[in-house]
Amino acid sequence: MTSQQEEPLTIEGRWDIPYRHTAGQAASRFFRELRENKRIMGVRCPSCRRVLVPPRGFCERCFVPIDEWVEVQDSGTLSTFTIVYAQFTSLPPPPYCIGLVKLDGADTALMHYVGGVDLEDLEAAKKALSVGMRLQAVWRDEREGKISDIEYFRPA
Amino acid sequence: MPRRVAIVGVGLTRCSSWRRDVLYPELVYEATSAALQDAGVTPNDVDAVVYGSMDPFDGVNAPEKWNVDACAAAGMLSKPYLKISTGGTTGGSTALAAYYHVASGLHDVVLAVASQRVGENLEAQLVLNTAVDPVYERGFGVGAITVAAIQACSHMHAYGTTEEDIALVSVRNHANALNNPYAHLRVKFSVQDALASAMLSWPLRLSDCCPSSDGACAIVFASEERARKLAQQPAWIRGAGQITDNYFTGDRPWYEDWDSLAMLARRVYRLAKIDDPMREFDVAELYNAFTIQEILEYEALGFCEKGKGAELVRQGVTAMDGRLPVCPSGGVLSNNPIGASGLIRVAEAALQVMGKADQRQVPDVKTALAHSWGATIGFHTLMILDQKAP
Repeated sequence: MTSQQEEPLTIEGRWDIPYRHTAGQAASRFFRELRENKRIMGVRCPSCRRVLVPPRGFCERCFVPIDEWVEVQDSGTLSTFTIVYAQFTSLPPPPYCIGLVKLDGADTALMHYVGGVDLEDLEAAKKALSVGMRLQAVWRDEREGKISDIEYFRPA
Repeated sequence: MPRRVAIVGVGLTRCSSWRRDVLYPELVYEATSAALQDAGVTPNDVDAVVYGSMDPFDGVNAPEKWNVDACAAAGMLSKPYLKISTGGTTGGSTALAAYYHVASGLHDVVLAVASQRVGENLEAQLVLNTAVDPVYERGFGVGAITVAAIQACSHMHAYGTTEEDIALVSVRNHANALNNPYAHLRVKFSVQDALASAMLSWPLRLSDCCPSSDGACAIVFASEERARKLAQQPAWIRGAGQITDNYFTGDRPWYEDWDSLAMLARRVYRLAKIDDPMREFDVAELYNAFTIQEILEYEALGFCEKGKGAELVRQGVTAMDGRLPVCPSGGVLSNNPIGASGLIRVAEAALQVMGKADQRQVPDVKTALAHSWGATIGFHTLMILDQKAP
């Protein structure tokens, strides 16, 4: 036996496992409305009366089921945002802006891309984007019942 | 009534971007054997083991199985063994679980172990993205950095905190890490260096973000009777707790304040009879994975008023020679084996209370605070350690 440290060997590993997630009742209706009617739908809690987007089957605060649907606007206010400049493996190519958009008529904010602004130049992007600014959804012509049926939100 | 519980031994490993010299269980063994030795106990003395990690970072399902032999007493000696996994709070929750085991009266000596090999994962943000809602949110590429960046954008907008302020947080933590032989990043770093580093997710630069680290940590928790015999100066648990926030990122668009942490702090301070945290804590180990979060944490933990966190940084209040040193270890900004990082905060706080923090020791520590956050900023844990039994 020798106590000399040897160069450790490496064993390659990889997880490549397919999954399928049911969208459930509430999200299925939400996505169908995007695709077929270009409408953004929320749900209203019967107890606290908050309008929740994304919609869901129960209110986590009041802990009661929800079945009242309400349409919210496809325009709103930018609550907060970040502009990503790093390329992370298998994540979207930069630059892109992720925002939380409080849609008119909703009590919660929806996560989505903010676009229609030159993001390559950070200083210009910082001037063009600000917390509290008004935004308008840009819809895709070919919609497939996904959150990406809205391409992004642009400055209104 | 819960029983009194104290920490009587701590084991840390050297951390790096890839501990290529050791197999995973060998890394964990470094921490567990050091903790048992520090406490002066053998595996036979341990009644139960609690182990924390987050599987996808390690690339094995159920790493508690791989590490069972390294978690002294769990394997060959067939002692009870529980796995804890709550995102970034995994290590904090592991400490809480060990504390509850002893406080309940069911066990006298419990070993808490947490480990992570983020260095064996080749894209941590991709793993973090799998923790984001798959129906609505995952496709936007959201991970930990982007959510922390959203906090920074909100705080800067609401309170005027600047990119220079968060650069100062980075510089102070990296300076502290020079005193910590267990930290991953140990480099001299200036504000200019920080502001020159790459913009990852505006307003956060590389210098504002934690590294991806391999590392492990273990802590021995003991009942009052055992603690008084085992340790000259145990670190007594004076108060502890955990809190969660709701699921969707957009359900709480008030990112300038960390209200869930503020609520947890009020609860835990009431338990521990802390009235003035700035005066009563001698040191705090906060989970500062991103610079801006340390500032939000000051405010939520009551070190200052809302919006005044950056002032504490500018005035040096939380520097090593300040009134309340924060993260003498260099914090998560200098070292982040994610699932272990919350337990490392507790370990560092315990070392400060026991007077065993060597080069990074703050003089005359009587009371210390340890924090962790996780679950895409939804969860928090706190633990207050004290030289005196509560």
